[in-house]
Amino acid sequence: MSDLSASGMFVPSQTVGTVLCCICGVAMPPNPANMCVRCLRSRVDITEGLTRHAAVIHCPECRCYLQPPRTWIRGLEPESKELLAFCLRRLRLPLRRVRLVHAEFIWTEPHSKRLRLRLRVQAEALHGAILEQLHIVELTVHDRLCDACSRSQANPDQWSAAVQLRQHVSHRRTFFYLEQLILRHSAAARALRIAETDHGLDFFFGSRSHALKFVDFITGVTPVRSRSDKQLVSHDPKSNLYNYKHTFSVEISPVCREDLICLPPKLANALGNLGPLVLCTKVTNSIALLDPFTLRSAFLDANQYWRVPFKALLTSRQLVEYIVLDVEVESAEVSVGGFRYMLAHAQVARVADFGKNDTMFTIKTHLGHLLNPGDYALGYDLYAANSNDCEIEQHKGLILPEALLVRKSYHEKRAKNRGKARSWKLKSLNMDVDTTSKGRADEEKRNTEYEEFLRDLEENPEMRFNISLYRNKEYQPSEMASTADGEDVPSIPLEELLADLDLSEEEENEEADNMKE
Amino acid sequence: MLDRCHVSEGYAILAPRRLDLFGVRILPVQVSKGFFFLQPAVMATRIQFENSCEVGVFSKLTNAYCLVAIGGSENFYSMFEAELADVIPVVKTSIAGTRIIGRLCAGNKNGLLLPHTTTDQELQHLRNSLPDQVVVQRIDERLSALGNCIACNDHVALTHPDLDRETEELIADVLGVEVFRQTIAGNILVGSYGAISNRGGLVHPHTSIEDLDELSTLLQVPLVAGTVNRGSEVIAAGMTVNDWTAFCGSDTTATELSVIESVFKLREARPSSIVDEMRKSLIDSYV
Repeated sequence: MSDLSASGMFVPSQTVGTVLCCICGVAMPPNPANMCVRCLRSRVDITEGLTRHAAVIHCPECRCYLQPPRTWIRGLEPESKELLAFCLRRLRLPLRRVRLVHAEFIWTEPHSKRLRLRLRVQAEALHGAILEQLHIVELTVHDRLCDACSRSQANPDQWSAAVQLRQHVSHRRTFFYLEQLILRHSAAARALRIAETDHGLDFFFGSRSHALKFVDFITGVTPVRSRSDKQLVSHDPKSNLYNYKHTFSVEISPVCREDLICLPPKLANALGNLGPLVLCTKVTNSIALLDPFTLRSAFLDANQYWRVPFKALLTSRQLVEYIVLDVEVESAEVSVGGFRYMLAHAQVARVADFGKNDTMFTIKTHLGHLLNPGDYALGYDLYAANSNDCEIEQHKGLILPEALLVRKSYHEKRAKNRGKARSWKLKSLNMDVDTTSKGRADEEKRNTEYEEFLRDLEENPEMRFNISLYRNKEYQPSEMASTADGEDVPSIPLEELLADLDLSEEEENEEADNMKE
Repeated sequence: MLDRCHVSEGYAILAPRRLDLFGVRILPVQVSKGFFFLQPAVMATRIQFENSCEVGVFSKLTNAYCLVAIGGSENFYSMFEAELADVIPVVKTSIAGTRIIGRLCAGNKNGLLLPHTTTDQELQHLRNSLPDQVVVQRIDERLSALGNCIACNDHVALTHPDLDRETEELIADVLGVEVFRQTIAGNILVGSYGAISNRGGLVHPHTSIEDLDELSTLLQVPLVAGTVNRGSEVIAAGMTVNDWTAFCGSDTTATELSVIESVFKLREARPSSIVDEMRKSLIDSYV
């Protein structure tokens, strides 16, 4: 009819008349069934055959719902869209026959273990009339622990993958730094437990993939080599299910920053005749080596290192303090790999010797830009060192310098600040410390090492790059700060510190401060 | 007068004397037309043809004759016979070898039109069985289901808009009616969606009020939009009617039956209604 009027023809107005309902005789406008709505409703029930009750299985521990046969769906909030979709899927409505127009939850008490839905369905009744009817469905929630929760409940410490991180050096600097890195990137978020052992850390995970992810992270930040093994715990031969415990053994290279290294001759040749004595300047996932006499640098990949692994000749624990007597700059300042160096001749004497005897050394150093006469510097005492290294013997005709300066020392200035709190602090991982053996001496050594690590952080901005530092509440700037003579002790500027949002119960009263910040 | 009701020989014309009828004393009274006739119970009847409620497909009822299809059992025929045998001839036939005779032929008391597919034997059989004043004519029409295309009573016919001119003239001649090309509720098959008699008509339920008025003006009878056979819209297939009786499918509900009886004015012939009407005027006090 409408296309008739659209074509311009005159269509007279049509008023719809009334007919009598064929069942009850009430006057009504005609419809395809020619029955009034009441008679149609009483005769035809379109919700016949639709499910009215269904069961849903719910895990009370992790609050997930079971989708048979085996999937557990997480994150279904009560009265949410996703839960509604899940319930509708469980009902299995015959969507060929009826059409679902509207669905919503009817509120039930959370502890009643019932979910009620109000559905509106449309279906074709006899003679083509479309009826819409309300349909109420009740779902019973049954509680059952899901597989993961039941496994963890049976044995809460159950781990199925472990990562053993080891570095065979006598200090723990690397692990302090790694701890901060891990905290920053939340790499150990999935770890069930962290244990501290000598020479390393153990991380325990619930699944192999978590452990793999962690190993990948470590591989990206330190030069490591790793191997993995597995141990059969149980197996079900009928369904071919095997339960393993996986272990990843990750060894970090023993070369650390500021180590003095004598390169094996093959490696020295491979790197372009880099002077066999090199300093390690930076360790990330590759090792940066610097020849202090020629200011040439090289990078060693983890694979390259582990092909010909070498150990350090002297480590930073063997650094000795020198006092600089005279500096003669030899060449201009150059920038090597982001660091600035300047070759210079320097006359130095050990602080232990200074004033007692006349032992002085004239050495070449790469720290010409930093040193002035009267400065203190830390370096390796090769004159007095007794090195057992086989590499040195392999280099024929190698002349060792008497001393090699590594960095400037702020020791005197630090004496003033000793015991005072810093304006920043670090967080730490919660690990199980092995308290049984070794006792007090170890703990003191550990504390000094930690103190040195913090000092390192203060002095090297590039180390702070990947670490989150937090503002220390208890710190008050000292009144004596104005009496700075000459150089200031390097400290961390305030902009780099993160305000620590602490929602723990111990610091409730400081929450208000946090919020203001 | 006599057109309105037929008197059969089996019943006597009763003199206006007192008569005990159904336990009520009837006093002599002038009935409107001057006669007092007792009629057999004539009203709409519910029947079935071989379990199908579409009675109008298998029969054709007019004021002068009745055609009935040949069914396996004789029940259908015997129902018609029981009602009509004394009044009009009831003829068992087939048209074009089929049983859907109600939809293939169209007729009234003056004539009967048959499609071109009717066989010669059937034509002869019908000519022999029907009374002489009924003209039986076979016509050549492309639309051969004449029952679906033509709805007629003794004075007016409504036809399918696409019917041939010659057919229209033939209809006017043979049936002696005035022909109008019309649609009912937008449907061109007027013979299916409307059943008309000389006293009223029932059409498709979706017919608008303006259409009803227009058709009523053309046909000069009161029209009602309604359904038959529990909501079926195909009226003429579900029922067949003449001036004093109607036959409907067995699915027809009481409401539909009452509508049919009121629009085709079948109820006024019932004896109890006469008695009731008279009772109001006669009895002034209960004894």
